[in-house]
Amino acid sequence: MIAMLLRDLKLSVRAGGGALIGVLFFMTVVAVIPFGVGPDLNLLARIGPAILWIGALLASLLGLDRLFQAEREDGSLDLILMQETPLVLTVFVKCVAHWIATGLPLVIASPLLGLFMNMDEVAIGATTLTLLAGTPAITFIGAAGAGIAVALPRGGLLVSILVLPLAIPVLIFGVSAVYAAIQEPAPFLPPFLILVALNLFFAVIGPVAAAAALRLSSD
Amino acid sequence: MSEPSLAIRKFSDLANPTRFLGLVATVWPWLAGLTLCLFAVGLYLSFTTTGDYQQGETVRIMYVHVPAAWLSMMCYTVMALSALGTLVWRHPLADVSAKAAAPIGAGFTLVALITGSLWGKPMWGTWWVWDARLTSVFVLFLMYLGLIALNRAMDDPTRAAKVSAVLILVGFVNIPIIKFSVEWWNTLHQPASVVRMDGPTIDSEFLWPLLVMAIAFSMLFFTLHILAMRNEILRRRIAVLRRHAARSAGGAA
Amino acid sequence: MSHAFYVTASYIAAFAITFGLIGWVFIDHRGRHRELERLEAAGIRRRSARAEEAR
Repeated sequence: MIAMLLRDLKLSVRAGGGALIGVLFFMTVVAVIPFGVGPDLNLLARIGPAILWIGALLASLLGLDRLFQAEREDGSLDLILMQETPLVLTVFVKCVAHWIATGLPLVIASPLLGLFMNMDEVAIGATTLTLLAGTPAITFIGAAGAGIAVALPRGGLLVSILVLPLAIPVLIFGVSAVYAAIQEPAPFLPPFLILVALNLFFAVIGPVAAAAALRLSSD
Repeated sequence: MSEPSLAIRKFSDLANPTRFLGLVATVWPWLAGLTLCLFAVGLYLSFTTTGDYQQGETVRIMYVHVPAAWLSMMCYTVMALSALGTLVWRHPLADVSAKAAAPIGAGFTLVALITGSLWGKPMWGTWWVWDARLTSVFVLFLMYLGLIALNRAMDDPTRAAKVSAVLILVGFVNIPIIKFSVEWWNTLHQPASVVRMDGPTIDSEFLWPLLVMAIAFSMLFFTLHILAMRNEILRRRIAVLRRHAARSAGGAA
Repeated sequence: MSHAFYVTASYIAAFAITFGLIGWVFIDHRGRHRELERLEAAGIRRRSARAEEAR
Protein backbone atom coordinates (compact mmCIF):
# COMPACT_ATOMS: atom_id res chain seq x y z
CA MET A 1 0.00 0.00 0.00
CA ILE A 2 2.77 2.40 0.95
CA ALA A 3 4.57 1.41 -2.22
CA MET A 4 1.50 2.20 -4.22
CA LEU A 5 1.10 5.54 -2.49
CA LEU A 6 4.68 6.42 -3.32
CA ARG A 7 4.30 5.21 -6.88
CA ASP A 8 1.20 7.32 -7.45
CA LEU A 9 2.88 10.34 -5.94
CA LYS A 10 5.95 9.90 -8.09
CA LEU A 11 3.87 9.49 -11.20
CA SER A 12 1.84 12.61 -10.58
CA VAL A 13 4.95 14.66 -9.87
CA ARG A 14 6.89 13.31 -12.81
CA ALA A 15 4.07 13.67 -15.28
CA GLY A 16 4.08 17.32 -14.28
CA GLY A 17 0.37 17.34 -15.03
CA GLY A 18 -1.97 17.06 -12.06
CA ALA A 19 -0.29 18.91 -9.23
CA LEU A 20 1.10 21.89 -11.06
CA ILE A 21 -1.82 22.44 -13.38
CA GLY A 22 -4.26 22.27 -10.48
CA VAL A 23 -2.45 25.02 -8.61
CA LEU A 24 -2.09 27.11 -11.75
CA PHE A 25 -5.80 26.77 -12.46
CA PHE A 26 -6.58 27.75 -8.87
CA MET A 27 -4.39 30.85 -9.13
CA THR A 28 -5.88 31.84 -12.48
CA VAL A 29 -9.46 31.50 -11.26
CA VAL A 30 -8.76 33.55 -8.16
CA ALA A 31 -6.81 36.13 -10.14
CA VAL A 32 -9.62 36.57 -12.65
CA ILE A 33 -12.25 37.38 -10.01
CA PRO A 34 -11.03 40.95 -9.24
CA PHE A 35 -11.36 41.77 -12.93
CA GLY A 36 -14.99 40.71 -12.74
CA VAL A 37 -16.03 42.45 -9.52
CA GLY A 38 -13.71 45.43 -9.74
CA PRO A 39 -10.70 46.38 -7.62
CA ASP A 40 -12.73 47.26 -4.51
CA LEU A 41 -10.47 45.99 -1.72
CA ASN A 42 -13.18 45.88 0.93
CA LEU A 43 -15.48 43.86 -1.27
CA LEU A 44 -12.62 41.53 -2.19
CA ALA A 45 -11.78 41.02 1.46
CA ARG A 46 -15.39 40.18 2.16
CA ILE A 47 -15.87 37.65 -0.64
CA GLY A 48 -12.24 36.45 -0.54
CA PRO A 49 -12.78 33.26 1.47
CA ALA A 50 -15.69 32.22 -0.73
CA ILE A 51 -13.64 32.87 -3.87
CA LEU A 52 -10.74 30.83 -2.54
CA TRP A 53 -13.08 27.97 -1.68
CA ILE A 54 -14.80 27.93 -5.05
CA GLY A 55 -11.45 28.14 -6.81
CA ALA A 56 -10.13 25.22 -4.77
CA LEU A 57 -13.29 23.22 -5.44
CA LEU A 58 -13.02 23.71 -9.19
CA ALA A 59 -9.30 23.06 -9.21
CA SER A 60 -9.63 19.81 -7.30
CA LEU A 61 -12.34 18.66 -9.69
CA LEU A 62 -10.07 19.40 -12.61
CA GLY A 63 -7.67 16.52 -12.12
CA LEU A 64 -10.20 14.01 -10.86
CA ASP A 65 -10.91 12.28 -14.14
CA ARG A 66 -7.26 11.24 -14.27
CA LEU A 67 -7.62 9.35 -11.01
CA PHE A 68 -8.30 6.01 -12.66
CA GLN A 69 -7.98 6.91 -16.32
CA ALA A 70 -4.24 6.34 -16.60
CA GLU A 71 -4.57 2.92 -14.94
CA ARG A 72 -7.27 2.00 -17.36
CA GLU A 73 -5.25 3.05 -20.36
CA ASP A 74 -2.18 0.99 -19.51
CA GLY A 75 -4.23 -1.94 -18.25
CA SER A 76 -3.05 -1.89 -14.65
CA LEU A 77 -6.62 -1.25 -13.55
CA ASP A 78 -7.41 -4.89 -14.24
CA LEU A 79 -4.45 -5.90 -12.10
CA ILE A 80 -5.69 -3.69 -9.29
CA LEU A 81 -9.13 -5.26 -9.59
CA MET A 82 -7.66 -8.75 -9.35
CA GLN A 83 -5.44 -8.01 -6.37
CA GLU A 84 -5.85 -9.74 -3.03
CA THR A 85 -6.13 -6.48 -1.12
CA PRO A 86 -9.67 -5.14 -0.97
CA LEU A 87 -10.44 -2.76 -3.79
CA VAL A 88 -11.92 -0.22 -1.38
CA LEU A 89 -8.59 0.06 0.39
CA THR A 90 -6.72 0.46 -2.88
CA VAL A 91 -9.10 3.19 -3.98
CA PHE A 92 -8.70 4.88 -0.62
CA VAL A 93 -4.92 4.90 -0.95
CA LYS A 94 -5.19 6.25 -4.47
CA CYS A 95 -7.42 9.02 -3.20
CA VAL A 96 -4.93 9.91 -0.50
CA ALA A 97 -2.14 10.01 -3.06
CA HIS A 98 -4.25 12.13 -5.36
CA TRP A 99 -5.04 14.52 -2.55
CA ILE A 100 -1.39 14.88 -1.55
CA ALA A 101 -0.47 15.53 -5.17
CA THR A 102 -3.24 17.99 -6.04
CA GLY A 103 -5.13 18.99 -2.91
CA LEU A 104 -2.24 19.79 -0.64
CA PRO A 105 -0.59 22.23 -3.09
CA LEU A 106 -3.89 24.09 -3.23
CA VAL A 107 -3.92 24.37 0.55
CA ILE A 108 -0.34 25.59 0.54
CA ALA A 109 -1.02 28.12 -2.20
CA SER A 110 -4.14 29.51 -0.55
CA PRO A 111 -2.42 31.86 1.99
CA LEU A 112 -0.57 33.55 -0.86
CA LEU A 113 -3.78 34.04 -2.80
CA GLY A 114 -5.48 35.21 0.38
CA LEU A 115 -3.00 38.12 0.42
CA PHE A 116 -4.06 39.01 -3.11
CA MET A 117 -7.65 39.15 -1.92
CA ASN A 118 -6.76 41.61 0.84
CA MET A 119 -7.84 39.19 3.58
CA ASP A 120 -6.55 39.66 7.14
CA GLU A 121 -4.47 37.08 9.03
CA VAL A 122 -7.36 35.41 10.82
CA ALA A 123 -9.29 34.97 7.60
CA ILE A 124 -6.26 33.56 5.81
CA GLY A 125 -5.54 31.15 8.62
CA ALA A 126 -9.16 30.02 8.81
CA THR A 127 -9.38 29.56 5.06
CA THR A 128 -6.21 27.48 4.97
CA LEU A 129 -7.38 25.36 7.88
CA THR A 130 -10.82 24.71 6.40
CA LEU A 131 -9.33 23.94 3.01
CA LEU A 132 -7.03 21.46 4.71
CA ALA A 133 -10.04 19.80 6.29
CA GLY A 134 -12.36 20.11 3.32
CA THR A 135 -10.42 19.28 0.17
CA PRO A 136 -9.98 15.58 1.09
CA ALA A 137 -13.77 15.31 1.24
CA ILE A 138 -13.99 16.69 -2.29
CA THR A 139 -11.38 14.21 -3.47
CA PHE A 140 -13.17 11.28 -1.84
CA ILE A 141 -16.60 12.13 -3.20
CA GLY A 142 -14.97 12.93 -6.52
CA ALA A 143 -13.45 9.45 -6.56
CA ALA A 144 -16.98 8.07 -6.93
CA GLY A 145 -17.47 10.27 -9.96
CA ALA A 146 -14.07 9.28 -11.33
CA GLY A 147 -14.92 5.60 -10.93
CA ILE A 148 -18.10 6.16 -12.89
CA ALA A 149 -16.34 8.16 -15.55
CA VAL A 150 -13.74 5.47 -16.21
CA ALA A 151 -16.22 3.71 -18.45
CA LEU A 152 -16.90 6.83 -20.47
CA PRO A 153 -15.04 7.83 -23.59
CA ARG A 154 -14.73 11.47 -22.51
CA GLY A 155 -15.48 11.53 -18.83
CA GLY A 156 -13.68 14.67 -17.76
CA LEU A 157 -16.49 17.19 -18.03
CA LEU A 158 -19.13 14.77 -16.87
CA VAL A 159 -17.24 14.10 -13.63
CA SER A 160 -17.45 17.76 -12.72
CA ILE A 161 -21.15 17.91 -13.51
CA LEU A 162 -21.90 14.81 -11.46
CA VAL A 163 -19.70 15.67 -8.50
CA LEU A 164 -20.44 19.38 -8.07
CA PRO A 165 -23.95 18.97 -6.62
CA LEU A 166 -22.62 16.36 -4.22
CA ALA A 167 -19.83 18.67 -3.08
CA ILE A 168 -22.21 21.48 -2.11
CA PRO A 169 -22.30 20.54 1.61
CA VAL A 170 -18.50 20.69 1.81
CA LEU A 171 -18.51 24.14 0.23
CA ILE A 172 -21.25 25.41 2.52
CA PHE A 173 -19.60 24.28 5.73
CA GLY A 174 -16.12 25.28 4.63
CA VAL A 175 -17.16 28.82 3.78
CA SER A 176 -19.42 29.21 6.79
CA ALA A 177 -16.61 28.06 9.09
CA VAL A 178 -14.35 30.74 7.63
CA TYR A 179 -16.98 33.43 8.04
CA ALA A 180 -17.68 32.23 11.56
CA ALA A 181 -14.00 32.73 12.34
CA ILE A 182 -14.03 36.27 10.98
CA GLN A 183 -17.34 37.52 12.31
CA GLU A 184 -17.35 37.50 16.08
CA PRO A 185 -20.71 36.25 17.31
CA ALA A 186 -20.90 33.08 15.26
CA PRO A 187 -18.97 30.17 16.77
CA PHE A 188 -16.23 28.65 14.62
CA LEU A 189 -16.23 25.11 15.94
CA PRO A 190 -19.69 23.72 14.95
CA PRO A 191 -19.34 24.24 11.18
CA PHE A 192 -15.71 23.19 11.31
CA LEU A 193 -16.51 19.98 13.15
CA ILE A 194 -19.32 19.23 10.72
CA LEU A 195 -16.84 19.79 7.91
CA VAL A 196 -14.50 17.25 9.50
CA ALA A 197 -17.42 14.85 9.97
CA LEU A 198 -18.34 15.24 6.30
CA ASN A 199 -14.74 14.50 5.46
CA LEU A 200 -14.82 11.22 7.39
CA PHE A 201 -18.23 10.34 6.01
CA PHE A 202 -17.14 10.88 2.42
CA ALA A 203 -13.93 8.97 3.16
CA VAL A 204 -16.18 5.94 3.64
CA ILE A 205 -18.81 6.50 0.95
CA GLY A 206 -16.51 7.73 -1.80
CA PRO A 207 -14.11 4.76 -1.98
CA VAL A 208 -16.96 2.23 -1.56
CA ALA A 209 -18.93 3.79 -4.39
CA ALA A 210 -15.83 4.19 -6.55
CA ALA A 211 -14.87 0.55 -5.98
CA ALA A 212 -18.39 -0.58 -6.90
CA ALA A 213 -18.38 1.57 -10.02
CA LEU A 214 -14.95 0.29 -11.06
CA ARG A 215 -16.02 -3.31 -10.67
CA LEU A 216 -19.24 -2.77 -12.56
CA SER A 217 -17.67 -0.90 -15.42
CA SER A 218 -14.88 -3.40 -15.92
CA ASP A 219 -16.94 -6.51 -16.67
CA MET B 1 -27.96 -7.95 -22.57
CA SER B 2 -24.98 -10.17 -21.95
CA GLU B 3 -24.78 -13.76 -23.08
CA PRO B 4 -27.11 -15.66 -20.78
CA SER B 5 -25.25 -18.72 -19.60
CA LEU B 6 -27.87 -20.28 -17.36
CA ALA B 7 -31.39 -21.27 -18.18
CA ILE B 8 -32.64 -19.18 -15.30
CA ARG B 9 -30.76 -16.17 -16.58
CA LYS B 10 -32.28 -16.64 -19.97
CA PHE B 11 -35.71 -16.84 -18.46
CA SER B 12 -35.34 -13.66 -16.53
CA ASP B 13 -33.72 -11.86 -19.45
CA LEU B 14 -36.32 -12.70 -22.03
CA ALA B 15 -39.53 -13.85 -20.45
CA ASN B 16 -39.74 -11.32 -17.70
CA PRO B 17 -39.72 -8.18 -19.84
CA THR B 18 -42.14 -9.88 -22.20
CA ARG B 19 -44.51 -10.59 -19.37
CA PHE B 20 -44.04 -7.03 -18.20
CA LEU B 21 -44.97 -5.74 -21.65
CA GLY B 22 -48.14 -7.80 -21.54
CA LEU B 23 -48.97 -6.42 -18.14
CA VAL B 24 -48.36 -2.87 -19.32
CA ALA B 25 -50.61 -3.38 -22.33
CA THR B 26 -53.54 -4.39 -20.13
CA VAL B 27 -52.92 -1.98 -17.29
CA TRP B 28 -52.01 1.32 -18.93
CA PRO B 29 -55.40 2.30 -20.40
CA TRP B 30 -56.97 1.84 -16.99
CA LEU B 31 -54.26 3.83 -15.28
CA ALA B 32 -54.51 6.57 -17.88
CA GLY B 33 -58.28 6.69 -17.49
CA LEU B 34 -58.00 6.87 -13.73
CA THR B 35 -55.45 9.67 -14.08
CA LEU B 36 -57.76 11.62 -16.37
CA CYS B 37 -60.70 11.24 -14.00
CA LEU B 38 -58.64 12.30 -11.02
CA PHE B 39 -57.28 15.30 -12.89
CA ALA B 40 -60.79 16.31 -13.94
CA VAL B 41 -62.02 16.14 -10.34
CA GLY B 42 -58.88 17.78 -8.97
CA LEU B 43 -58.89 20.65 -11.46
CA TYR B 44 -62.61 21.21 -10.94
CA LEU B 45 -62.11 21.33 -7.17
CA SER B 46 -59.10 23.59 -7.38
CA PHE B 47 -60.89 26.13 -9.55
CA THR B 48 -64.16 26.18 -7.63
CA THR B 49 -62.80 26.65 -4.14
CA THR B 50 -62.69 30.27 -3.05
CA GLY B 51 -59.34 32.01 -2.98
CA ASP B 52 -57.44 32.45 0.23
CA TYR B 53 -57.95 35.84 1.89
CA GLN B 54 -54.19 36.40 2.21
CA GLN B 55 -52.88 34.96 -0.99
CA GLY B 56 -55.91 35.55 -3.20
CA GLU B 57 -56.07 33.72 -6.47
CA THR B 58 -52.47 32.59 -6.33
CA VAL B 59 -53.30 29.86 -3.87
CA ARG B 60 -54.42 27.88 -6.90
CA ILE B 61 -50.82 27.53 -7.94
CA MET B 62 -50.34 25.37 -4.87
CA TYR B 63 -52.46 22.63 -6.41
CA VAL B 64 -49.88 22.03 -9.12
CA HIS B 65 -46.79 23.16 -7.30
CA VAL B 66 -46.99 21.02 -4.17
CA PRO B 67 -47.84 17.73 -5.91
CA ALA B 68 -45.07 18.31 -8.45
CA ALA B 69 -42.54 19.00 -5.71
CA TRP B 70 -43.71 15.93 -3.87
CA LEU B 71 -43.39 13.80 -6.97
CA SER B 72 -39.91 15.08 -7.71
CA MET B 73 -38.83 13.48 -4.47
CA MET B 74 -40.90 10.33 -4.88
CA CYS B 75 -39.45 9.81 -8.32
CA TYR B 76 -35.94 9.90 -6.90
CA THR B 77 -36.97 7.39 -4.27
CA VAL B 78 -38.31 5.11 -6.99
CA MET B 79 -35.01 5.49 -8.82
CA ALA B 80 -33.04 4.68 -5.67
CA LEU B 81 -35.12 1.53 -5.13
CA SER B 82 -34.55 0.57 -8.75
CA ALA B 83 -30.84 1.17 -8.30
CA LEU B 84 -30.88 -1.20 -5.34
CA GLY B 85 -32.71 -3.67 -7.54
CA THR B 86 -30.04 -3.34 -10.20
CA LEU B 87 -27.09 -3.75 -7.86
CA VAL B 88 -28.43 -6.25 -5.33
CA TRP B 89 -30.90 -8.45 -7.17
CA ARG B 90 -29.68 -7.77 -10.72
CA HIS B 91 -33.26 -7.55 -11.79
CA PRO B 92 -33.40 -6.86 -15.52
CA LEU B 93 -36.35 -4.51 -15.18
CA ALA B 94 -34.79 -2.44 -12.43
CA ASP B 95 -32.27 -0.65 -14.63
CA VAL B 96 -34.96 -0.02 -17.21
CA SER B 97 -37.09 1.50 -14.47
CA ALA B 98 -34.32 3.75 -13.20
CA LYS B 99 -33.46 4.98 -16.67
CA ALA B 100 -37.09 5.61 -17.62
CA ALA B 101 -37.80 7.50 -14.40
CA ALA B 102 -35.01 10.08 -14.79
CA PRO B 103 -36.55 12.29 -17.49
CA ILE B 104 -39.96 12.12 -15.84
CA GLY B 105 -38.47 13.13 -12.52
CA ALA B 106 -36.60 15.97 -14.17
CA GLY B 107 -39.86 17.10 -15.78
CA PHE B 108 -41.77 17.16 -12.51
CA THR B 109 -38.91 18.95 -10.79
CA LEU B 110 -38.96 21.55 -13.54
CA VAL B 111 -42.71 21.99 -13.06
CA ALA B 112 -42.15 22.47 -9.33
CA LEU B 113 -39.40 25.03 -9.96
CA ILE B 114 -41.32 27.03 -12.56
CA THR B 115 -44.60 27.12 -10.70
CA GLY B 116 -42.77 27.89 -7.48
CA SER B 117 -41.06 30.81 -9.14
CA LEU B 118 -44.37 32.02 -10.58
CA TRP B 119 -45.87 31.78 -7.11
CA GLY B 120 -42.94 33.56 -5.54
CA LYS B 121 -43.16 36.64 -7.78
CA PRO B 122 -46.55 37.89 -6.55
CA MET B 123 -46.08 36.57 -3.00
CA TRP B 124 -42.50 37.47 -2.18
CA GLY B 125 -41.92 40.03 -4.91
CA THR B 126 -39.08 38.08 -6.47
CA TRP B 127 -38.75 35.18 -8.89
CA TRP B 128 -36.20 33.31 -6.90
CA VAL B 129 -35.06 33.24 -3.29
CA TRP B 130 -32.12 31.21 -2.11
CA ASP B 131 -34.41 29.64 0.38
CA ALA B 132 -33.41 26.27 1.78
CA ARG B 133 -36.27 24.43 0.18
CA LEU B 134 -35.89 26.05 -3.22
CA THR B 135 -32.19 25.49 -3.29
CA SER B 136 -32.41 21.81 -2.46
CA VAL B 137 -35.01 21.25 -5.17
CA PHE B 138 -32.71 23.03 -7.59
CA VAL B 139 -29.84 20.74 -6.61
CA LEU B 140 -32.15 17.76 -7.12
CA PHE B 141 -32.88 19.05 -10.62
CA LEU B 142 -29.15 19.27 -11.34
CA MET B 143 -28.72 15.69 -10.18
CA TYR B 144 -31.49 14.48 -12.47
CA LEU B 145 -29.83 16.22 -15.40
CA GLY B 146 -26.47 14.70 -14.49
CA LEU B 147 -28.00 11.24 -14.41
CA ILE B 148 -29.64 11.73 -17.79
CA ALA B 149 -26.34 12.95 -19.20
CA LEU B 150 -24.54 9.95 -17.75
CA ASN B 151 -27.06 7.56 -19.28
CA ARG B 152 -26.77 9.21 -22.65
CA ALA B 153 -22.98 9.19 -22.59
CA MET B 154 -22.72 5.41 -22.52
CA ASP B 155 -23.52 3.03 -25.33
CA ASP B 156 -23.95 -0.20 -23.44
CA PRO B 157 -27.28 0.10 -21.58
CA THR B 158 -26.61 -2.53 -18.91
CA ARG B 159 -23.26 -1.06 -17.99
CA ALA B 160 -24.68 2.45 -17.98
CA ALA B 161 -27.47 1.26 -15.71
CA LYS B 162 -25.10 -0.30 -13.21
CA VAL B 163 -22.82 2.70 -13.09
CA SER B 164 -25.65 5.17 -12.79
CA ALA B 165 -27.19 2.99 -10.08
CA VAL B 166 -24.07 3.64 -8.02
CA LEU B 167 -24.45 7.35 -8.61
CA ILE B 168 -28.16 7.29 -7.77
CA LEU B 169 -27.43 5.62 -4.45
CA VAL B 170 -24.59 8.00 -3.60
CA GLY B 171 -26.96 10.84 -4.40
CA PHE B 172 -29.70 9.29 -2.29
CA VAL B 173 -27.36 9.11 0.70
CA ASN B 174 -26.29 12.67 0.01
CA ILE B 175 -29.67 14.31 -0.40
CA PRO B 176 -30.40 14.52 3.35
CA ILE B 177 -26.93 16.01 3.89
CA ILE B 178 -27.46 18.55 1.13
CA LYS B 179 -30.85 19.48 2.53
CA PHE B 180 -29.46 19.84 6.04
CA SER B 181 -26.45 21.84 4.94
CA VAL B 182 -28.53 24.13 2.76
CA GLU B 183 -30.82 24.83 5.70
CA TRP B 184 -27.81 25.61 7.87
CA TRP B 185 -26.34 27.84 5.19
CA ASN B 186 -29.51 29.80 4.76
CA THR B 187 -30.23 30.38 8.43
CA LEU B 188 -26.65 31.41 9.02
CA HIS B 189 -26.54 34.08 6.36
CA GLN B 190 -29.96 35.63 6.53
CA PRO B 191 -31.70 34.47 9.64
CA ALA B 192 -34.55 36.94 9.93
CA SER B 193 -35.34 37.83 6.35
CA VAL B 194 -35.95 34.30 5.14
CA VAL B 195 -39.27 34.40 3.40
CA ARG B 196 -41.20 31.42 4.57
CA MET B 197 -44.27 30.07 2.87
CA ASP B 198 -45.88 29.05 6.11
CA GLY B 199 -49.05 30.81 5.21
CA PRO B 200 -52.20 29.90 7.04
CA THR B 201 -52.56 26.39 8.34
CA ILE B 202 -54.22 24.48 5.60
CA ASP B 203 -57.90 23.93 6.21
CA SER B 204 -60.03 21.28 4.59
CA GLU B 205 -61.15 23.59 1.81
CA PHE B 206 -57.64 23.56 0.35
CA LEU B 207 -56.73 20.13 1.57
CA TRP B 208 -59.19 18.22 -0.59
CA PRO B 209 -58.19 19.61 -3.97
CA LEU B 210 -54.55 19.31 -2.96
CA LEU B 211 -54.99 15.68 -2.00
CA VAL B 212 -56.86 14.80 -5.18
CA MET B 213 -54.28 16.58 -7.29
CA ALA B 214 -51.46 14.81 -5.48
CA ILE B 215 -53.00 11.42 -6.18
CA ALA B 216 -53.68 12.45 -9.77
CA PHE B 217 -50.05 13.48 -10.23
CA SER B 218 -48.85 10.21 -8.72
CA MET B 219 -51.07 8.24 -11.07
CA LEU B 220 -49.75 10.30 -13.95
CA PHE B 221 -46.24 9.46 -12.85
CA PHE B 222 -46.95 5.74 -12.69
CA THR B 223 -48.67 5.76 -16.09
CA LEU B 224 -45.82 7.64 -17.72
CA HIS B 225 -43.27 5.52 -15.93
CA ILE B 226 -44.56 2.15 -17.14
CA LEU B 227 -45.02 3.51 -20.64
CA ALA B 228 -41.49 4.90 -20.65
CA MET B 229 -40.25 1.55 -19.38
CA ARG B 230 -42.03 -0.14 -22.27
CA ASN B 231 -40.30 2.20 -24.70
CA GLU B 232 -36.97 1.46 -23.11
CA ILE B 233 -37.52 -2.30 -23.35
CA LEU B 234 -38.48 -1.96 -27.01
CA ARG B 235 -35.41 0.19 -27.64
CA ARG B 236 -33.15 -2.44 -26.14
CA ARG B 237 -34.82 -5.16 -28.18
CA ILE B 238 -34.25 -3.20 -31.34
CA ALA B 239 -30.61 -2.74 -30.42
CA VAL B 240 -30.22 -6.48 -29.79
CA LEU B 241 -31.97 -7.35 -33.02
CA ARG B 242 -29.80 -4.94 -34.95
CA ARG B 243 -26.70 -6.48 -33.48
CA HIS B 244 -27.92 -9.96 -34.33
CA ALA B 245 -28.78 -8.92 -37.83
CA ALA B 246 -25.39 -7.32 -38.30
CA ARG B 247 -23.65 -10.37 -36.93
CA SER B 248 -25.56 -12.83 -39.10
CA ALA B 249 -25.05 -10.65 -42.14
CA GLY B 250 -21.35 -10.46 -41.36
CA GLY B 251 -21.25 -14.24 -40.89
CA ALA B 252 -22.98 -14.88 -44.19
CA ALA B 253 -20.72 -12.61 -46.18
CA MET C 1 -49.70 42.33 -13.12
CA SER C 2 -52.72 40.61 -11.73
CA HIS C 3 -52.60 37.42 -9.79
CA ALA C 4 -54.64 35.65 -12.40
CA PHE C 5 -51.74 36.09 -14.79
CA TYR C 6 -49.41 34.15 -12.51
CA VAL C 7 -52.01 31.46 -11.92
CA THR C 8 -52.64 30.93 -15.62
CA ALA C 9 -48.95 31.12 -16.41
CA SER C 10 -48.09 28.45 -13.89
CA TYR C 11 -50.93 26.21 -15.05
CA ILE C 12 -49.84 26.67 -18.66
CA ALA C 13 -46.25 25.84 -17.75
CA ALA C 14 -47.32 22.76 -15.82
CA PHE C 15 -49.53 21.60 -18.68
CA ALA C 16 -46.85 22.26 -21.25
CA ILE C 17 -44.26 20.22 -19.40
CA THR C 18 -46.69 17.42 -18.59
CA PHE C 19 -47.83 17.20 -22.18
CA GLY C 20 -44.22 17.34 -23.23
CA LEU C 21 -43.57 14.26 -21.15
CA ILE C 22 -46.67 12.51 -22.48
CA GLY C 23 -45.74 13.46 -26.01
CA TRP C 24 -42.19 12.22 -25.51
CA VAL C 25 -43.47 8.87 -24.27
CA PHE C 26 -45.91 8.42 -27.13
CA ILE C 27 -43.68 9.62 -29.93
CA ASP C 28 -40.91 7.44 -28.61
CA HIS C 29 -43.22 4.48 -28.50
CA ARG C 30 -44.45 5.02 -32.05
CA GLY C 31 -40.91 5.34 -33.32
CA ARG C 32 -39.75 2.19 -31.55
CA HIS C 33 -42.81 0.28 -32.69
CA ARG C 34 -42.27 1.24 -36.28
CA GLU C 35 -38.62 0.30 -36.09
CA LEU C 36 -39.52 -3.08 -34.67
CA GLU C 37 -42.03 -3.64 -37.45
CA ARG C 38 -39.52 -2.67 -40.08
CA LEU C 39 -37.02 -5.11 -38.63
CA GLU C 40 -39.64 -7.81 -38.52
CA ALA C 41 -40.57 -7.13 -42.11
CA ALA C 42 -36.91 -7.59 -42.97
CA GLY C 43 -37.13 -11.05 -41.47
CA ILE C 44 -35.25 -10.31 -38.26
CA ARG C 45 -37.08 -11.87 -35.36
CA ARG C 46 -36.48 -12.42 -31.72
CA ARG C 47 -35.38 -15.86 -30.71
CA SER C 48 -38.44 -16.38 -28.54
CA ALA C 49 -40.77 -15.32 -31.35
CA ARG C 50 -39.16 -17.86 -33.64
CA ALA C 51 -39.51 -20.57 -31.01
CA GLU C 52 -43.19 -19.81 -30.69
CA GLU C 53 -43.68 -20.12 -34.41
CA ALA C 54 -41.93 -23.46 -34.49
CA ARG C 55 -44.21 -24.84 -31.85
